[in-house]
Formats: sequence, C-alpha cells, structure tokens
Amino acid sequence: MEQLQQILDQALTQFALISDETELEQVKARYLGRDGSLTALLKGLGKLSNEERPAAGARINQVKQSIEAALQQRREVLAQARLAKKLAAESLDVTLPGRGIGCGGLHPVTLTLARIEHLFHSLGFAVSAGPEIEHDFYNFTALNIPENHPARAMHDTFYIDPEHVLRTHTSPVQVRYMEDNPPPLKIISPGRVYRVDSDATHSPMFHQVEGLWVDEHVSFANLKGVVQDFLQRFFEQDDLQVRFRPSFFPFTEPSAEMDMSWRGGWLEIGGCGMVHPNVLKHVNIDSEKYLGFAFGLGVERLAMLRYGVNDLRQFYESDLRFLKQFN
Amino acid sequence: MKFSENWLRSWVNPGLTSDELGHVLTMAGLEVEDLVAVAPAFNNVVVACVLSVEKHPDADRLNVCQVDVGEDQPLTIVCGAPNVAAGVKVPCARIGAVLPGDFKIKQAKVRGIPSFGMLCSEKELGLMADSEAHGLWLLPEDAPTGTSLREYLDLDDRLFTLKLTPNRSDCSGMKGVAREVAALTGSEFKSITVDAKPVTLDEQLSVVIEDAEGCPLYCGRVLRGVNAAVPTPVWMVRRLERSGLRSINAVVDVTNYVMWEMGQPMHAFDLSALSGGISVRRARAGEALVLLNEQTVTLDEQTLVIADDARVLALAGIMGGEGSGVDLATRDVFLEAAFFHPDAMAGQARRFGLATDSSFRFERGVDFAATRSAMERATQLILDICGGQAGEISAVQGELPMRAPIVLRGARVARVLGVALDTAQISDVFNRLQFEFTTEGDTFCVTPPSFRFDLAIESDLIEEVARLYGYDNIPALSPHAALTMLPHSETQRPLARILQTLVARDYQEIVSYAFVEEQVERDLCGNDDPVVLQNPIASNMAVMRSSLLGGLVGALRFNLNRRQSRVRLFEVGACFARTPLLNPLPQAGEGASESLRERYVNEYVQTQRLSCIAYGSGLPEQWGAAAKSVDFYDVKADLEALFAPQVLRFVAAVHPALHPGRSAQIYCGDKLTGWIGELHPQWQQEYDMTQAAIWFEVELGALMQALVPRLGEISRFLPVRRDLAVLVDEAVAVQGLLDAMHQAEALHVHEIVLFDVYRGAGVEAGKKSLAFRVLLQDTQKTLTDAEIEPDMALLVGVLNKCGAQLRM
Repeated sequence: MEQLQQILDQALTQFALISDETELEQVKARYLGRDGSLTALLKGLGKLSNEERPAAGARINQVKQSIEAALQQRREVLAQARLAKKLAAESLDVTLPGRGIGCGGLHPVTLTLARIEHLFHSLGFAVSAGPEIEHDFYNFTALNIPENHPARAMHDTFYIDPEHVLRTHTSPVQVRYMEDNPPPLKIISPGRVYRVDSDATHSPMFHQVEGLWVDEHVSFANLKGVVQDFLQRFFEQDDLQVRFRPSFFPFTEPSAEMDMSWRGGWLEIGGCGMVHPNVLKHVNIDSEKYLGFAFGLGVERLAMLRYGVNDLRQFYESDLRFLKQFN
Repeated sequence: MKFSENWLRSWVNPGLTSDELGHVLTMAGLEVEDLVAVAPAFNNVVVACVLSVEKHPDADRLNVCQVDVGEDQPLTIVCGAPNVAAGVKVPCARIGAVLPGDFKIKQAKVRGIPSFGMLCSEKELGLMADSEAHGLWLLPEDAPTGTSLREYLDLDDRLFTLKLTPNRSDCSGMKGVAREVAALTGSEFKSITVDAKPVTLDEQLSVVIEDAEGCPLYCGRVLRGVNAAVPTPVWMVRRLERSGLRSINAVVDVTNYVMWEMGQPMHAFDLSALSGGISVRRARAGEALVLLNEQTVTLDEQTLVIADDARVLALAGIMGGEGSGVDLATRDVFLEAAFFHPDAMAGQARRFGLATDSSFRFERGVDFAATRSAMERATQLILDICGGQAGEISAVQGELPMRAPIVLRGARVARVLGVALDTAQISDVFNRLQFEFTTEGDTFCVTPPSFRFDLAIESDLIEEVARLYGYDNIPALSPHAALTMLPHSETQRPLARILQTLVARDYQEIVSYAFVEEQVERDLCGNDDPVVLQNPIASNMAVMRSSLLGGLVGALRFNLNRRQSRVRLFEVGACFARTPLLNPLPQAGEGASESLRERYVNEYVQTQRLSCIAYGSGLPEQWGAAAKSVDFYDVKADLEALFAPQVLRFVAAVHPALHPGRSAQIYCGDKLTGWIGELHPQWQQEYDMTQAAIWFEVELGALMQALVPRLGEISRFLPVRRDLAVLVDEAVAVQGLLDAMHQAEALHVHEIVLFDVYRGAGVEAGKKSLAFRVLLQDTQKTLTDAEIEPDMALLVGVLNKCGAQLRM
C-alpha cells in the first residue's frame, strides 16, 4: 500500500513539472501504459487471495482514477498555455488603419436639397421637376409677366432663341404641374436656374426650391406659418425670427420677401406670395374656389448660412478640399 | 431711387428717426437699400475768412494766419496747406471741435507759435477719399463767415436709396414717397404750392399726336428770354447731387429737379433749333438720330419719337437728341411734359441699349393727372431762376388710361390673408392711401388714383390692405388640410439611393455649370451643333453641355493642379441637345381643348444624366495594398453595381473623347443608355494627365427604373459545380461566349460565371484562356453525373462553334 501511495505522489509531482504535451503523454505511459507501474500492480492482483483481491483492486483503481484526473487537468493547463501562446503570437497592431476603399460624399447643395425635401415631405409636399431650357411662355407669360414688362429686366435672362430661355426661376414648374394636376395640390420643385450675373454673391447658375400649395382654404397667414416652420426646422432653431416684407412678383399678389434674423440683422432668403389669379386662370383653376400660395427659396443661400460658406463661387469650383468637408 | 432725407422731410416730417423711417419704408415694400449720412459726424466747424497770411518764422512750409470766424477778434491759426491765401473762405475747426476719427482740436503751439484752431481740407472732414488731398477746402466767396459749416452746407442730412419694385413707379418722385410716408405714418403731407406763372407771351407751337395710344397726353410751351447760363441755385444743385444727378445747366437742372420732385420726366428743347411744329409719331424706317450721349440710333416704325417739321428730335420718353437740347447759349426754350403709355414704352429703351431716368418712369407709369402741374412747376422754377416769359401751354390729350372701379369683398380679404379685418380697418387703409371708394356692407368699390398703375383687381387691393395693416401683424398659422398619403412607386429607384451607392464607392459629387466652352463640346462630344446661348456671360460658357464629361474633366484638372493625385468625381445634371421639331405646331385656335403644352412646345432635348470619372490609384494610398491605377474594369464594376440587379451589356464603340480600343456603349435591355471608357491618350496629353482617366455616363431615367422583386423557388438540393476552361483568340469577346452558352438552353444550368482570364506560359501567343464556373441545379433532385454530362456537352459544343477549344 505504501507502494501505491508512492506511485501516486510520484505521478502528481512529475505531471506538475512537465510543460510539454508530448512529454506528458510519455510520462503518462510510465504509470498507465502497458508497462506502467500501476498496470503492473493491477496485473499482480491475480496473485492475491479472493478475500484480499476486491479491497486491493479498489485501492489501485482509486489511485488510477486520481492519476487520470491529474493527467487530464495537466493536459488542460498545457493546452491553455499553448493557446495563450498562439494567441499572443497572433496579436495585431489594432491601431493600424483599416484597408480598402474610402468613402466619397455629396455636394453641400445636394445635402441642403435633401434636407429641404425631407422637411416639406413631412408636410405632404410632393416633388416635381421641369425643363431647364424653358419656353418663354412658361417662364414669363404664364406667370403674368408679359413681354417687355419691366419685371423681365429683373431677371437678367439667358436666351437660347427668341422663344426659349434658360429658366430664371423654378416657378414655371408651378404652371406645368397645375396644368397636369387638379387641385388641391402641394408640391415643391427644386432645381437649377440661370441668371446673367456673376460675382461673389451671384452665380450665373444656382438652385432654387419652389413651393406651391393650392387648396380651398390656404391663406397668407398659412404661408407665413409654413415658411417660418420650415426655416426654424431647417436651421434647428425654434426661436429663429422670420420677417415678411411687401414686395412685387407678377405671379403673386400679395407678394412678400422673406427675411430671417441673422447675426443681429436681417437676411433675405426668398420671395413668396399668394398665387396671382391670372396664373390660376392660365391653368383653368377657379380662383374664386381655390387659393394658393407659392414661395421660392435660394438653396445656396441656405447652404451658405447652414454650413458657413462665404463665397458662392466655391460651390461650383469642385475643389476636393472644399467638397470633402461635407462628407 | 436716391434722395436726400431733408428733401423728403420738407414734404412730410414724421416723428421718426432716420433709421425708424427707413424701417417703415422697408416694411411697406419700399425697400431701403442704403441709408448713409451725407457727412460723418464732426462739430464746431465754421465758415472762416482768412484775413492775412505770414510765413512762420521757424518753419518754411507753415504760415501764420489771421482768421475771421465771425467774432470780434480774429484767431491766429498756423496752417501748412499750400493753397492758403488772404481772402479765401475755408472751413475752420475751432478749439474743442471733434473731427472724424475722433480727432480733437486743442489749443497748441506749432513751432513756438500758439494756434487757435485748424483750417480744414475736405479730407479732414471726412468728405473726400484720401488720395485727393489738395489742400484747404475753398468755399464760395459768398459763404457767410461764422456760420456753422454743417448748417451752411446742409450736412445734417442722410441719403436714402430705395430699391423700387416695378409696380411702384408712383414712388419715383419725392411727392410720391412723401404721400406714401404720410399714409404709413399718419403725418401731414405738405404738398408744395405751384403758382402758375402768368402767360405773357402770345406764342404756341403746334403739337400733333399721330400715335394717340403711345402718347395720350402732350403738353408743350414756349419760354422766351430765358438765360440758361445763370448758375443753378446751390440748394437745387445740392438736392440733385444728393439724388445722384449731375448739374448741367439751369434749364436742364430744373427739368431733372421736377422729375425727381414730381416723378414727371420732362424735356427742354432749344427753340431756335426747331423748325415748324411738334409731332409725336412713330419713326419712319431708316430715320436716324444722334442722341445726347452721342450715340447714333437707327429707328424703325416701332419707335415713338418727337419730331419737328424737319427731323426727329428725341426718342419719346427716353432721351433727347443732340443739336436740339438746351445749352448755356440757349435763350428760348420749348418745354415738354408728356404722358407716354407704359405699353408703348415697354422695352423701347432696352432695344437701343439705353436705360434712362425718364424711360424708367415712363415704362412703369407716370401720373398723367399731374403732367400739367409739373409743367407749371418747371415754368415757375425756370422763370424764377433764368428769367423770361412763358407762352400758353399747348396740350393735346387723347384717351388716358382708365381707372375702373374695383370691388373688394371684406370676406375675401379675410380668406386670402387669414385674418379678419373689419370694415373700419379696411376703410382706414383706403383713406390713408387717398383712394376714392364707396362701401356697401362689407363690400368696397375702390377707384384707383391716377398715380397707381398696379391696381386692377381685388387681389391688388388686398395687398394694399395687408401692406398698410402690416405684414408683421398677420399671424403665422399652421394650415389645416385633409391628410392623404403621397404615392410612392417601388419601380422608381430613389435618386438618393443611387447617389449613396456612388458615395459608398468613394466618389465625390460635384456641381458644375451647365454651359461650357464650344471647343469642349466639339472635342469631347463631337458636337458641332450645340445649343448656343444668345447672350453668354463668357466665351468659355457659351454653349449648353450635351454631356457632363466636360465639367468632370474640368473639375479633374482643377484638382490635379492642386496636387490631388487621386480624384473620383460624379455629377448628376441635365444635358441639352437640339432636335428637329417632330410635330408641326397646331394652328392657333384649332380645337378648344388645345393644351398649353401643345402650343408652347419645347423643342430641346433635355435629359438628366449621371456621370462619373476616376483618376489615380484605385484604392486610397494605404499600407498592405499595392498601388494600382484605376482601370476600365474597376469603374465598370462601379457602374454595374449602380444598375444591379439589372444586367448591362457593353458593345465596343468609338467615342471622340475615348481610347478607341477601350470604350463601349452601354445597353440596358435594348436601349442605348450611355458610354464608358478610358479618356483618349490625346486628351490625357493635352490636359497634362499622367494616367488614364476612366469615365462613364448614363441616362438617369434608365438607372432609376426598378422592378418590384418577385421571389423565385429556392432549391432544397445542392448545386453541382463544373469548371470549363477554353482557349480562344484574343479578339474574341467574352460576351459572345456567354451569350452563346446562355442561349444553348442547357436543362440544368443555373449560372455561368467567368472566373479567370489567363495569358502566358502554356498558352500560345495571340490566345487567351478563359475559365467559366458553371453551376447546375434542379429543384426536384440532386443531379447525377449522367444528368449533368449532356448539359456540359451542349455548352462545350456551342463554345466550339464560337472558336473556343476546351483546355485539357
């Protein structure tokens, strides 16, 4: 029995010292293998008497189990160590930059238009588009601007031929939409417009958003409400002051210019008004039954204020150092 | 419209500061564009007379002056100005004065001599730009010594500049602005009194109006014994100058003054230059006129002119002619005040490249009821200033514009404005505006005054009500409306998603001008017949683009010039082309249901396109990835990703901008949708590009088409893969092989993908090896070799027919 205890002690001690998995298996064979010391003891049981044999067998088996348990434990420890070593060897510099394609970005005018469209969409405005080379009739006449009207001089028009112009505003889309759709209707119409003008605050091409709401009960007060609501949401500034000032557009009556408060002063942001009855008449809408309001906003102006752009020309220079700041 | 505040206040003087007055005007629709003081702030500066000048004993350039400032004793003042002299009148800043720039005048010793003030230049008083320093400001000899300079020159004045909208011509004279201010503020409107000068001359010129529509009213009168050479009074010159008008001679100055005062343009002819009577008529084709600005204009029947029996004298309402105007030698004058109809004046000045103060007013409308009193006013001023005698006014009057009564319903006011105003409030507005009206219940019947040309319908009056009530006083209200959802088509891919795909693939959006240089269209698009602008802003923006390529190449070059080495850009925008008019215009009046769209047909093709260009390395410069320039196939993958799941087809084709062996037309279904290719080496060289730029452009319409997905059956059985490697001639396009295999209708073939292209060892020169992965599948069972083999044999068969040999 002393011999059994000795074998157990020896095995446990030996296992604990081994740090190599192959060696562990070799040492295991010295106890549990075919020629192992414990195997030898088990073989020796046959020499014992029937009375002695069960107790001796039980004791040997107990030691065997202890050795196996110790062995398994040691295996796990060594496997763990091996894994830990492997993982340590595999570690990355996680601060190295990621690889692959980069990411581009949208133009600030597009970002601004998307914001505008989202906000008006939430009020149920549909989006409508129209041609940029526009018939004189749609750009002017249908908007109550007859030929040679002084208001045409306000527009600095690019002419393609005597009948066609580059649209000077997005308002012609109003007319086209009303031709095709019966009231009530509610649209915005974003797009490029053109004027013969070029300096730090004027570009020969720029973007406008036209808005139109025709219904039985829309009023100037609603126009004020919608535009003010829009500007406050657009600039995310609930206390943004918006001012309406009488002005003149041949296609609206009453007409107004919209100013917003900005750095202690007022800044013109667009024009608006109640759709002129003559405009409705052109598209066979009964101006006794229906009223409408329309507004036009300068997209670049909004983008400049929102993003801190000072020179209008930067929008069209395509300088990546400018563009990437909006990504 | 620019004018002096003091002049306005002589007509109407509300208890408001200048800024408050400006605000009132702006908020009434007369936008104050500019409001500046005539002179900067300074005080204690008086008119002084230099009595004597002696050299400073200790300084060559200084003088010691005795200066009379209107007090008992003259002041001793040391002065360094070269133009100081005994007897001159100059401004003198007295001890205690504060000049612009917070420059305080104190008693001081100048090189040992005490000096009790400073004689001033215009610059020191802040009235002239720096560079024009030319010594002391010499005042007129009659300037009253001792008087405050500000008072003497009326410097406590401010200049208003109004941005007049085309509808408010009534405010293009002091009288009109004053009338408006009176209406807005309730202050008294102090109209000037015009004393008609007695007629002492029995002389009239005959006036004949041939075009009574263009000129419904013409007043003319002869003035004799007028001395045009007398100086214009200082007060008048000052008011004119503060209105931005130059003094010319006393008679012309009076006509300009009356125009600014009353809003009525006038003209003065030298009577001695006229022969016979005056006629107002259309010009005859070929007649010519040298204008006062020395411009020669050739006239036609559209032009309304003033003529005498011999020649054309003036462009009616626009500008007088040379040779019949008033100059310093003029002694006899024919004075004109007329009403030319806005419809007749519209666009006339612009036809000759002119825009005058007179045409500005006539185009917009002049008060025809005040024409005669303007004539009396001008007569009064000329006779008072220049002397002379006046003849009877010859007035010829035709049909003046109608002022039809307009009905305004109180309920409509409430409906349009969204705020209910009672009858008293509306009446008050019309009273303040001096409109004649009657009421019945809440209905008004308003007759617009002769000076307003912008009041024709009910809405016009509603605007007046709103304006006077104050736009600020109308509440901002959220609308109430029925809620309905907007349609949302799933067969239209939203543009935002398309853009996002490009952004995710590292492209940067640009916005470029829609007009380009003609050369760019010709070179890059082969377009010899672009849509041309009649009035381009610059020669490099002269034609409308037919492709977005020009803008992208320009933007690419811009960035390459700024040391960017990798540039990937895209733009979405319209492209323009001429097309023949397919259908002839319907005759006017043909069919009652004729739509506007049919009548005003737009004959230009305008398509929205999307265009991308990539230059430099395919990936951003980074570790662990070899630098490789972007190539045709990289960009093709971007293009295909945009269209997926739609499958595009590519057909090699030649494009003027592109490498002839590396360009293709893009087909979406059967429709030609765009181009892809590498920029032609010729352009690369021309544009100083060291690498190839890859470009594609597609029609946005095709790109936005989408199908609503329909789920197909997913097989429960595993697919079988077979690879096919074939050898073909270099010239054989892969698309042909793929098409042939797809058309073979092999029973179980599910997918064929090219996965390798190989040239080199083992493949003879002039050939390439292509490897296809073929996936076979059945929805009912797992396929056996026996079922697969016939399909594979079929594919090999069609490949052979295409000249492809199976590689063993």
